[in-house]
Amino acid sequence: MTAKAARSPKTFGSFTLLTFTLLWLGFIILLPLINVLVTAFSQGLPPYLAALQTEDAKAAILLTLLVAAISVPLNAIFGICAAWCITRFEFKGKSLLLSILDLPFSISPVISGLVWILLFGAQGWFGFLLRDHDIKIVFALPGLVLATVLVTLPFIARELIPLMEDQGTDEEVAARTLGARGWDIFFRVTLPNIKWALLYGVLLCTARAMGEFGAVSVVSGHIRGLTDTLPLYIEITYNQYDTIGAFAAASILAGLAIVTLVLKTLLEWRFAGELAASRRH
Amino acid sequence: MTGQPDTATEPVIPDHFQAPHPATGTTHVLPGFKITLGITLFFLSAIVIIPLAALVARPWEHGLQGFLFVLTDERVIHALGLSFITALAAAVINVFAGLIVAWSLTRYNFPGRKLLDALIDLPFALPTAVAGIALSSLYASTGWIGSLTEPFGLKIAYTPIGIFLALTFIGLPFVVRSVQPVLAEFEAEIEEAAETLGASAVQTTLRVILPALMPSLVTGFSLALARGVGEYGSVIFIAGNMPYISEIAPLLIVIKLQEYDYAGAAAVGVIMLAISLIILLFLNVTQRFFANIGSAK
Repeated sequence: MTAKAARSPKTFGSFTLLTFTLLWLGFIILLPLINVLVTAFSQGLPPYLAALQTEDAKAAILLTLLVAAISVPLNAIFGICAAWCITRFEFKGKSLLLSILDLPFSISPVISGLVWILLFGAQGWFGFLLRDHDIKIVFALPGLVLATVLVTLPFIARELIPLMEDQGTDEEVAARTLGARGWDIFFRVTLPNIKWALLYGVLLCTARAMGEFGAVSVVSGHIRGLTDTLPLYIEITYNQYDTIGAFAAASILAGLAIVTLVLKTLLEWRFAGELAASRRH
Repeated sequence: MTGQPDTATEPVIPDHFQAPHPATGTTHVLPGFKITLGITLFFLSAIVIIPLAALVARPWEHGLQGFLFVLTDERVIHALGLSFITALAAAVINVFAGLIVAWSLTRYNFPGRKLLDALIDLPFALPTAVAGIALSSLYASTGWIGSLTEPFGLKIAYTPIGIFLALTFIGLPFVVRSVQPVLAEFEAEIEEAAETLGASAVQTTLRVILPALMPSLVTGFSLALARGVGEYGSVIFIAGNMPYISEIAPLLIVIKLQEYDYAGAAAVGVIMLAISLIILLFLNVTQRFFANIGSAK
């Protein structure tokens, strides 16, 4: 019951398929990536560095880091809790819970931003409350965080659930029988078993949190230097024909994407057995 | 015979003991059910359920009439149609191209295979705004590719073809990553049996392997389609955003929000939400259909 091993292409047909693959991936995936890097450095290093040191660019980088630093831990807490109650207990409505958990994957990012305007915007459900108490959610940091958390909500949970399902509860039940308390079980038994999958989920979640565009663009209000994350800064500079500014900022995010892919590949290669079997996102 | 209850043999029940679950017979030996379920439900309510309820409730403030007015607006119909048709075309292309890519990556050994395999996920990892300006500058009339095609009268950027190309980029990993594991685990015995019985390589591929790949191809197709219909960041830069020509549905939501037309924006949002749910339902039904065929054999 084994699969066919990969072999060197020998027939005419296999060469044709392989050539198509190389051309297609080069054309669809590599060319845009190369274009970003080449354009960013098209006028040499000094303009590139100068473009990244404007006040607005620096503010956008800091805001992007801040939003990720708040959203990712929130999603880690959610992911661990969701995985724990879903894989360790039986209860009614579990499959409904799982379907709701997957919803953020299937809705447009623009909708993930729109819903916060409908809740907290000037004419939103809670808009009057916020106005009375002078609290800003949309067009401010809390809105950016809420939109980011919504978009990335399933990332860590979806990584942990299949793995914890596979691992079963034997070790934890044994620890419990030997008298271990809840936190001891989690930190000494569960966490060591899921740490690489958790890291994998955190990695994908961080990459998406820093790169999210559609959802944050709706709630940001585009206040320069205040509510523009790096992806939004790219949009503004690009629309102002500041090519170097836009592509310099884009090159940072492209670099981030490459680092993410490298770390992801390393994790998959080194800890394949300790990661979940299904990984699509 | 002292008449006193025999307390000594009464079992000691630990304070965290819970009765077996009536449905499954499992015991909640492990702690933390209430607190983790509570946190999970809090997040799902606050982040997903209540916000989506606000979306679904909003379009009706001018009654059904108001909703139908938005739905029958020609500009809205055109934008929804454009989003759906370009996403559909991109998903179809990705089924074919993705199948060939997945096949080459699992079946052939060649230098750089691991690197290419890792690169497949780039569209997932690369922020959509970056992909958007990269594609837009590639296919614009001054870009690397645009400057080659425009002398032949083929304009790509700022036309629906550009939207289609952006969605092809975005959708590629969905198909490849759905097909790859199935192809990698396909049993060599079945293929060899077909060959022993006299099937040619092409026959084996078309009549033995391809049917087995169908469920994963449909999954990849549906996921790419659902993603494409809602895609915003990678598209708006290359689309040109001309009403009735290259304006996509998510952009219409943004425009309506800028006009403070919350109900109109929510109406478009509800329709898009319905489209993605229908795509997922289609996926679910076809997977059950394939599972039934599989078990009938």
